[in-house]
Amino acid sequence: MSLSLIETLGHSTNDALAAFGDFWRFVGRTLSWTIRGMFSWRNLRLLLPQMYEIGVRSVPVIAITGAFIGMVMAIETYTQFKTIGQEQRLGSIINLSVVKQIGPVLAAVMLAGRVGGALTAELGTMNVTEQLDAMRVMGADPIRYLVAPRFIACLILTPILTIYSDLLGVLGGWLVSVKSLGIPNEPYWIFSAQGVDTWEIMEGLVKSLFFGGAIGLISCYKGFNSGAGAAGVGRACTESFVASFIAIIVLNFFFAKLLRDWYEAIYGIVGIFG
Amino acid sequence: MALIELKNLHKRFGRLVVLDGVDLSIEAGQSLVILGASGSGKSVMLKHIVGLLRPDEGEVWFSGIRIDTLPERQLMPIRQRFGFLFQMGALFDSLTVAENIAFPLIEHTHKSASEIRQIVAERLRMIGLPGIGQKMPADLSGGQRKRVALARAIALEPEVILYDEPTTGLDPIRSDVINELILRLKRQLKITSIVVTHDMQSAFKVADRIVMLADGKLIADGTPQQIRQSDNPAVQRFVTGEASPEELSVLRDID
Repeated sequence: MSLSLIETLGHSTNDALAAFGDFWRFVGRTLSWTIRGMFSWRNLRLLLPQMYEIGVRSVPVIAITGAFIGMVMAIETYTQFKTIGQEQRLGSIINLSVVKQIGPVLAAVMLAGRVGGALTAELGTMNVTEQLDAMRVMGADPIRYLVAPRFIACLILTPILTIYSDLLGVLGGWLVSVKSLGIPNEPYWIFSAQGVDTWEIMEGLVKSLFFGGAIGLISCYKGFNSGAGAAGVGRACTESFVASFIAIIVLNFFFAKLLRDWYEAIYGIVGIFG
Repeated sequence: MALIELKNLHKRFGRLVVLDGVDLSIEAGQSLVILGASGSGKSVMLKHIVGLLRPDEGEVWFSGIRIDTLPERQLMPIRQRFGFLFQMGALFDSLTVAENIAFPLIEHTHKSASEIRQIVAERLRMIGLPGIGQKMPADLSGGQRKRVALARAIALEPEVILYDEPTTGLDPIRSDVINELILRLKRQLKITSIVVTHDMQSAFKVADRIVMLADGKLIADGTPQQIRQSDNPAVQRFVTGEASPEELSVLRDID
């Protein structure tokens, strides 16, 4: 009984370590093809359809997410700021939260669901119908054809979509704060400008670049390693979203810490209340 | 010297032993049929020949080069010398028929677009489906899909074609069309063919040599005539399509 438990534990540990190593080998090969294929016209032709699929088709969902984040932030923070007579400073906290934390994270989570799920399902289906093997047999590396363009598209478009989400979040927050809650327009923007500087915006965008890379790599890897049949592909999609989501929140923590330390080392501690 | 050699090949998936010491030499120009029950490891053996699977033990040689230890990048040029017809065709469903056939040509040759168009049209004529280049794989029947996959497999004029159950799921007439195509390719392009199947009619039509795989080992090896007259009961049952008493006992258990 106990031997079987130890054996099972050993097998599980072994499998987990093998999968971890396999993932990083996959990452290495993807990065290698990404760099080697960067300046080739043929690769650009593979990239453009992916940019359309991942970028253009994600705009509505990202716009809705961004706008509603800003609007909800305004409603939730207004009462607290009003009790201390600081409601005119609402813009600083809403916009800071939107561009630095909630905007990039929620945009990435939405993309992990929409784009990551679609990538895993597409590549997983190709895997179970032997299309990936067919490509290998024809002497073409599927990582170059299928993964590198999708990875680059995720890498480039996640920050761009985050800018879009940030913009809509800022507008959503302004709409509720100024048009609905009656905060004067001018102080709202003055305090917003005081609370949010270029660093904060860039912090959100740097994080989103890594979120995009993680989504692309994880979802493609899960698709390439999906189990057999429809159930295998379905399971791979679920695992892909869960793994991407965990990667996003873990990366967010480490980047928050790292970039905060750098900011304080350069500018010292600066609060939104001056 | 044999073109392809498998030496003491072993492969297991988890606890399931699929290949248990397979030795096989295949000469250039030969049409070899690998027989075996479903799940007996025929496709696994085929995938070892092109390096899609690596053996747990044993060696795979092609044209004097040991390929089972080669890294993926060094395998790429060797794989170009093979064509592989997958069981379900494995056509790229986001590309048209013409784009599917052109794929290896674009990837590995420096031919102009018009030359590639000509080759695609020629291959489609060879498989008896001219003028369907602009169709998508989803618009084709099962038999058409296999023929298009065959056109793609021969696009680069390979030395060897591996057929993974080429007639499975097809009606007898469509199966015979595929068999005739295999024979025609052998005649016209002098290709070495390795066909995995459990369709006996197809096996006897296309083979000049037949081997049979059971329990991870080769249990028979000979000409179609020798296989037909084999005194091995397992081979005889397979040739005549009769289940053994042990296999039928499952039904008795249900009764």
